[in-house]
Amino acid sequence: MGKMTNNLVQIEEGIKFIPGASAFVAPLNKLINWGRAGSIWPATFGLACCAIEMMVAGASTNDLDRFGIIFRASPRQADCLILAGTITKKMAPIVRRVYDQMPEPRYVIAMGSCACTGGLFDTYAVVQGADEFLPVDVYIPGCPPRPEALLEGIMKLQEKIMQEQGRWSQFA
Amino acid sequence: MEPIRIAAQLEEKFPDSILGIMEHRGQVTTSVARTPIVEIIQFLKTEHQMNHLNCLCGVDNLHRTAHVGERFEVIYQLYSIENRILLRLKAQVPEAEPAIDSICGLWTGANWLERETYDLFGIIFNNHPNLKRILTPDDWQGHPLRKDYALKGDQEWSGFEQLKEKAAQLKQFEF
Amino acid sequence: MTKTTILDVQVADGADDKYRLKMGPQHPATHGVLRVDLELDGETIDKCDPQVGYLHRGFEKLAEHRTYAQNIVLTDRLDYISAMANNVGYCVAVEKLLAIEVPPRAQFIRVMVCEMARISSHLLWLATHALDIGAMTVFLYCFREREVLLELFAELCGSRLTNTYTRLGGVRQDVTHSIMLKLQRFVDEFPGHIAEYETLIDTNRIWLKRTIGIGQISADKAVDLCLTGPSLRGSGVAYDIRQHIPYAAYNQMDFEVPVGETGDTYARYRCRMEEFRQSNTILRQCIERMPPGPILGKDAPDLIMPAKPGRKLEFDAVAGNALIKLIDNRDLYMAGDVYVATEVPKGELGFYFISDGMGRPYRMHIRSPSFLHIGALATIGQGVMIADLIAIIGTLDVVLGECDR
Repeated sequence: MGKMTNNLVQIEEGIKFIPGASAFVAPLNKLINWGRAGSIWPATFGLACCAIEMMVAGASTNDLDRFGIIFRASPRQADCLILAGTITKKMAPIVRRVYDQMPEPRYVIAMGSCACTGGLFDTYAVVQGADEFLPVDVYIPGCPPRPEALLEGIMKLQEKIMQEQGRWSQFA
Repeated sequence: MEPIRIAAQLEEKFPDSILGIMEHRGQVTTSVARTPIVEIIQFLKTEHQMNHLNCLCGVDNLHRTAHVGERFEVIYQLYSIENRILLRLKAQVPEAEPAIDSICGLWTGANWLERETYDLFGIIFNNHPNLKRILTPDDWQGHPLRKDYALKGDQEWSGFEQLKEKAAQLKQFEF
Repeated sequence: MTKTTILDVQVADGADDKYRLKMGPQHPATHGVLRVDLELDGETIDKCDPQVGYLHRGFEKLAEHRTYAQNIVLTDRLDYISAMANNVGYCVAVEKLLAIEVPPRAQFIRVMVCEMARISSHLLWLATHALDIGAMTVFLYCFREREVLLELFAELCGSRLTNTYTRLGGVRQDVTHSIMLKLQRFVDEFPGHIAEYETLIDTNRIWLKRTIGIGQISADKAVDLCLTGPSLRGSGVAYDIRQHIPYAAYNQMDFEVPVGETGDTYARYRCRMEEFRQSNTILRQCIERMPPGPILGKDAPDLIMPAKPGRKLEFDAVAGNALIKLIDNRDLYMAGDVYVATEVPKGELGFYFISDGMGRPYRMHIRSPSFLHIGALATIGQGVMIADLIAIIGTLDVVLGECDR
């Protein structure tokens, strides 16, 4: 080493690393998206059955930490809301409040049939799909989905984040 | 003592209030009038050690075929842990005045069971310390488990309508 | 006296200097969507008022619109931590209502899956309870064993969590040799794992300080509060439905019911740890004494998938699918009512049915242990410190799906 070269190392399409300088050259969009996709911090918010599978996904066997996913107890520190379980009408305003407390940019994953469509609870008390009052980014089917399905859903969210263009502020 | 004999003893003790004794699949049900319900349960609890309240729930008999009795019933399921005896009481509650005395004084645990019955059936429990809705929101309209209440609900809950409006308003501030 | 509200906390001055704090429903330590309204005098709880209903999905109403067989699916979502035990509880109740015979092999399989569910439920309880109190490592250890059981469930019926394994009159699938071998290995290894958990927390000073003497309930009080399961037995009342009113094949099993003395959080913890060992012995007996024979009764009204060699099915021409067959107006559905309780890991799960002679229940009431346990929180939580309330919620072992229904 020691000798400076102009050889940029391409670590991903469009993102180049300058050896020896600890610096990256890339479009800002790409860098920001790359950073966001690699550190999704979901809020700990279990609603029903799916929350148990979400816990399994975070525990020793599947270990979400290796994707940079760390559960945060406070929505203020989170940028992803995993709706794990049935959303009832009584709970919906609170779900919305937790979502409103999260800083932008924020993403929502609807995990399980109930959060996606209401599932088998087509009754007076259940919201028929979280998208009635929240913008949902990724839907994961299953009742409940296996932890692997949740991982797949998070990968899909990462893909989605990577394709974003200039999502830096409301005015950009 | 056999449950059927306890029921017979009840009939001796409260002759005017016991409306009938039924047996189905080996389980004894005693149909009682609603007025002396606290005394009847008190008697069972002290004399027959029926110290465990298994369940307390309401029934709406509106669509029931071949039913004699009032529209509502409150079911008390009692069990004696010492003697291992199960006995069921069925108190008749008329539609015109859906009210019955509370048994919160006998079991603290009955508090929530009665609130649930009030919430889902609209049966009022007299002398209850805190009778308000428990499972549905406070401003919910109707009592869901009544037979004339549709599965999908008769009207949307106002809180949810407000939420949808709020969501639509906040949408313009999204990135 | 002026009052200001800052983020749901009413701050007041003057004569009433109480803090009012709404803990939940989004609170990581309340085990789901439980809200507890607290009135605090400093850090001591003056008044504790639990609020439930945030997961009320209308089970009982929905059940009236579905057939008896269809409702098995609903029971999974009650106590989703031990769905198998709920399935068994529901089927035992409907079989009593409709007088359906269950063959001995199915009875043994039911006991087996019930105990597997009990172990997996207690494992989750231990994991989260320890996590709440601050012992993070236990969480990872417990989930390791729990995963083995869940994968066994998946091999048995295709689903890890919401099993829908039992059928009216039997069970859905026979246990295979491979499952038995894996279960045998689990049963052999599990006592070692229990010892492992105990090494982690039993001599931990923090654990002992935070559990001994916390949330004490006397035996009379526990009965008065309608507690059941380990929460009641921790107070010294030996009430276990598996022995009081045996269902499935529990009358042929040889096991003890662990009973505590002091009625505090620690006693309930010890009770559940002993139940691990007892469940393990029951599992061993099931493996050793599993009788041969059919797994579904002859007069089972439920429709099952065709077994490979030649079992004929009557297809419902209208519905056109093999999964749901509505049998209305059969002699089977005699009008009447029953209440049948079973011992699920949390306590007494009771089903009260009223049949009107139709293929659907006229009324189905679910007596769920968690509902009464949370109701008891108002009494137990009075006068304790706010940090101990978390320990008490954990020790009562509540699951909100079952509580709100």
